[in-house]
Amino acid sequence: MIDPRAARTADPTAPAAAPAAGRPALEIAALHKSFGATTVLSGIDLAVAPSELVFVLGPSGSGKSTMLRCCNRLEEPDSGTILLKGTPVTGAGVNLNQIRQRIGMVFQAFNLYPHLTALKNVTLALRKVRGLSRAEAEARAVEALTQVGLADKAGNHPAALSGGQQQRVAIARALALEPEVMLFDEPTSALDPELVGDVLAVMRDMKSAGMTMLVVSHEMKFAQEAADRVIFMDGGSIVEQGPPERIFGAPEHERTRAFLSRVTGG
Amino acid sequence: MTPLERFLDTFFNAAVLAKYAPAILQGVWVTVELSVLIVLSGIALGGLLACVRAYRVRLLSFGIVIFADIFRALPPLVLILIVYFGLPNAGIFLSSFVVLYAILTLILAAFAEEILWAGITSVAKGQWEAARSTGLGFTQALLWVVLPQAVRLAIPPLTNRAIAITKMTALGTVIGVPDILNQATTAQSFSGNASPLMLAAVAYVLLFMPFVVLSRWLESRFAWRKV
Repeated sequence: MIDPRAARTADPTAPAAAPAAGRPALEIAALHKSFGATTVLSGIDLAVAPSELVFVLGPSGSGKSTMLRCCNRLEEPDSGTILLKGTPVTGAGVNLNQIRQRIGMVFQAFNLYPHLTALKNVTLALRKVRGLSRAEAEARAVEALTQVGLADKAGNHPAALSGGQQQRVAIARALALEPEVMLFDEPTSALDPELVGDVLAVMRDMKSAGMTMLVVSHEMKFAQEAADRVIFMDGGSIVEQGPPERIFGAPEHERTRAFLSRVTGG
Repeated sequence: MTPLERFLDTFFNAAVLAKYAPAILQGVWVTVELSVLIVLSGIALGGLLACVRAYRVRLLSFGIVIFADIFRALPPLVLILIVYFGLPNAGIFLSSFVVLYAILTLILAAFAEEILWAGITSVAKGQWEAARSTGLGFTQALLWVVLPQAVRLAIPPLTNRAIAITKMTALGTVIGVPDILNQATTAQSFSGNASPLMLAAVAYVLLFMPFVVLSRWLESRFAWRKV
């Protein structure tokens, strides 16, 4: 297997100011993915440091969601390597169900199990995958629900929760497995504007608690205040990356400028 | 005899009713026994086949589709007659009870498989993804996340189909299964009076009405608001 770090150091746009040294939490190298004749990712190299929040921006169809979904192999990459704290995620012989427990994922459409209560949405994997007893699983689920401020909704079914609450339960479901990295795939895009704040607040809390996060989103304000690094993707590759002040304040690439002026309406 | 008296004597003759009620009650027991066995094993087999099909192993799926299509297309009576009167020539002797049970179970399984498969495929892809992203395996995601939702979607068509198939136990009459209808037609030819058939009709209504009501209750019980 090739060493993905070699590819990373060759990347001229690699961040100068990524926090923490040592082994990255998540390393993506030379990631390629096509759907039929359409190339969606053409060589992505990205290393996310422990506790870093990397915010991914880009027009629709730029490949940002696909990149995220390759990280836990909901999408199978055509080539390239992904390492989680040095453990291969890609390649033959990977225990996918084991590695996925270490990578939490939050979806645009929440994807809560509608037939289960909030509590059972969280305990399912704890019981069936981790093999915890009912009492242990419930204790940890209540803890996770408390973290997202919804301990009082544990007995509710998803249909009885607002969109924002559902998304927070979905975050709790991922958090309960104590993942090393969290992937967010447009977590607030399906929410009414007044419900977005609660979800972002939970994400801010996770960030301050030291969670490593890879966030695909259009919440620019959140990126400005919470992201350590912003990545701009277009046409299946990373066009530009850097600290939020620079990407939003002085983007180097024309494509980044065009995109930002479109989304900010400027 | 006035026409009305004659009508009542034909269909509601008290003496005939009293005489043959015990025989028909025996038939009720046979029908109940058959119905319960058929519904349990037919739905279980259909569910198993639908789950197997979820793994999308081409050859297995192909076999299941062929099975389901044939057993849904053929009239049950044709199958019953072929098996009951054909197999003995091949040296296989099965009781009429076993033949009726096996054929109706397979037919129900064919319909149940299609209904549950439709349920499985209509569960949103995101449900699979959410389950798999937490480390659940394919089988676990199927059993704990997808199947429970598929079953809820399948309950109304499944109960209708179960009621329809249990009513077909009356077909056992033609191969001599001593069910309600068989007892009634025997009684009718001995007595020369249609009252036993009326009694059979009443027995069927009493027997199946609770299931029809139950199916309504199940439909409301398992429905949940779609988000």
